[in-house]
Amino acid sequence: MTVITKQPVNPTSHLTPENIEQLGRDLDAIRQSTLDARGEKDAAYIRKVVDVQRKLELGSRAVLTVSILPPAWIAGTIGLSIAKILENMEIGHNVMHGQWDWMRDPKIHSTTWEWDNASTAEAWKHSHNEVHHTYTNIVGKDNDLGYGIMRVDEDQRWAPFHLGQPLWNFINACFFEYGIAAYDLELGKNLAVPKEKRSEKFQADLKKTFAKIRRQAKKDYLIHPALGLPTGSVVPILAANFTANLVRNLWSHSVIMCGHFPEGVETFEKKAIPDNETRGEWYLRQMLGSANISGSKTMHLMTGNLSHQIEHHLFPDLPSSRYAEIAPQVKAVFETYGLSYVEGSLPKQVYSAWHKVVRLSLPNGFLATTTVKNVPQQAALLYKMSTGGRKVRRAAQARLEQTARRMKAASAA
Amino acid sequence: MTTTAVPRQAAAPAASTVKAPVTARPSEAPATRRTLRGRVRRLADAAVTPLELDDVLDVFHPLRAGAPLRGRIVEVRAETDDSATIVIKPGKDWSGHVPGQYIRVGAEVDGVRLWRTYSLTHGPRRDGCLSITVKAIPGGLVSHHLVRSARPGEMLQLAAAQGDFVLPDPLPAKLLLVTAGSGITPVIGMLRNLYSRASAPATDIMLVHVNASESSAIFRDELREHAEAGHLTLIERYDDRDGLLDVADPEAGLAALVPDLDDRLAYACGPAGLLDALESFHAARGLELTTERFRPVVLGDAGAGGTVTFTSGPTAEADGTTPLLDAGESAGVLMPSGCRIGVCFGCVLPLKEGAVRDLRNGAITRAVPGETGPEGIPIQTCINAAAGPCSLDDAG
Repeated sequence: MTVITKQPVNPTSHLTPENIEQLGRDLDAIRQSTLDARGEKDAAYIRKVVDVQRKLELGSRAVLTVSILPPAWIAGTIGLSIAKILENMEIGHNVMHGQWDWMRDPKIHSTTWEWDNASTAEAWKHSHNEVHHTYTNIVGKDNDLGYGIMRVDEDQRWAPFHLGQPLWNFINACFFEYGIAAYDLELGKNLAVPKEKRSEKFQADLKKTFAKIRRQAKKDYLIHPALGLPTGSVVPILAANFTANLVRNLWSHSVIMCGHFPEGVETFEKKAIPDNETRGEWYLRQMLGSANISGSKTMHLMTGNLSHQIEHHLFPDLPSSRYAEIAPQVKAVFETYGLSYVEGSLPKQVYSAWHKVVRLSLPNGFLATTTVKNVPQQAALLYKMSTGGRKVRRAAQARLEQTARRMKAASAA
Repeated sequence: MTTTAVPRQAAAPAASTVKAPVTARPSEAPATRRTLRGRVRRLADAAVTPLELDDVLDVFHPLRAGAPLRGRIVEVRAETDDSATIVIKPGKDWSGHVPGQYIRVGAEVDGVRLWRTYSLTHGPRRDGCLSITVKAIPGGLVSHHLVRSARPGEMLQLAAAQGDFVLPDPLPAKLLLVTAGSGITPVIGMLRNLYSRASAPATDIMLVHVNASESSAIFRDELREHAEAGHLTLIERYDDRDGLLDVADPEAGLAALVPDLDDRLAYACGPAGLLDALESFHAARGLELTTERFRPVVLGDAGAGGTVTFTSGPTAEADGTTPLLDAGESAGVLMPSGCRIGVCFGCVLPLKEGAVRDLRNGAITRAVPGETGPEGIPIQTCINAAAGPCSLDDAG
């Protein structure tokens, strides 16, 4: 993807400022009608999900105390994985967004919620709610774009480091909760600062995150396994917790990749965003910057309704239970204004996102110019670009892009 | 803009000697942290982190000892067309009340938890339940919910009983009770308690019960039964039959209704207009009067209001008559709250910047950053409204 302002045809160029403001009013109307309808049914829904999640987690952990028996291990591990996914996705993420604050129940409130994750609620709320949801897909401002370790946009300059990004991405997926914690702490940026110069806030946050990780590990890898002592299930319980955390991490990583990485999702240039972006303009950016996952009700539940990423980004504080219902209305707005609503099945979107990660691990135009015949030459070029200086890279890059353009023109002719 | 119409505050010139029972959970002393129980609890908390053991137990047993105070509705009994008595089984930590006191009740109305205060309409009951009697008032969200939609099984959030509108001990020889509308609710609690005793009290009680009409009079039949049994002298006044009661009128006022007025210790509960009239009437005669008020008197001339910013993030547009507490709650802020009438200071938050206006007397409080100190000025949000843009620290 290329930032919209550098594309041959800007996908928003057909919209006048008046169109964009009208679009904002149309979306505001959808939001208001949902606020008006919100009530007892929604409250009952989230209470039910919380109730089921707690019973499922408790039940699974209980079953695992006899997980020396393989069927108990399998059932317990599946249950615990599902419980952890529900806790992070449909409950934690959405409660911390303030989607349920209107209920005025201090037990289900963004200011009091803490989740089953390495990152503290406080740090996550800042980096996610304030930074990512405000600056969605603005290259250089939204750290969710590649989490600061990956190149996910043509407009991010390629460096040899990016060759390894399929591997980083896989490792990040396996240990996603720690990745999120590091990311919420802006670990890379802060560790680059000499120790004595690091901000007090960072040091305090770091301490809190370590304390959180300790508490989490103590529960999953110490107290729970200890309960298996009488039946000799200590090791199976350890393995079950590790597996459940791994499953949760892989799942949430996949879902989140599908939100903004698949092909068709647009990115934005920092300097093209006006200082006082209007509500309509902000809405427009959210519409173009997100992608949905199609699927069953269960799939939507397990993704925490992030499968309705577009609706979520337009209305991050509406109850997740309402996204499915407003999706057709939102889709109609896309059609009215001639915009493309990016949506696909989970396998399709996961493939698309991974394909992008692999493609952009290589210089722009590299895959497009590679054919079966020229593999050796291309490999040599990549070696040269990886080991050579910046000048070498720039020259090779220009050549690659020129070749890609020619090949495209030839195939079109 | 409070929508409750039940009596709450005891504005008592005659200070009552009876205090609200101590209901706070004993705070965990440092020593108990080292006890076995404390250790087990900490281990259990660690086993369910990021939750606490209580969150897990709440799923199974919300009324257990140690849980936040709640209750389950066991019965909803209609009293009149627009009022009902709600019988509630409270959690194990409920520590009782003195008749005449009120409780705070948090009900989920269309998914939103709203708190109101209601008088307890019973003495201590043998079944351990408590009861409130609610009159559905026009536009009253909670009162309508409780009277019309509440069903047995529904959970309510509760807070410990409060209030000084209680009878003295020992009782005086002669007592006058004046109530209007749902102002009967704390008084019926007192009466039921007195008549449930093995020996009826020797006190001569006179009750002046004022209502708009006979059909809207809560506890009408029960009170008549008491009167027939000789427990009390009941004077029923109906606006549609007798006209509005003019307290000070020498011909048809209180002095005419109650000849031995000067010998009686007086208690009154009802709308502000009646209580104001009674207060000046009693003061003029040099008599003692204990009142329970419906809601604080709001000044007619309101300010312009403004934008209220909360440090936790939300902002709210509030007019000059809306208490900051209501404005915050409507914006989804978890506002601390208490009596909602300017009494308990449970709702105090620091005002960081801007001006607020006391709804009761128009007094303006201003906070100027750099001048009033970084911690701001603590203000009661329930009786202050925005007087221009202001910011409240709800995060500290």
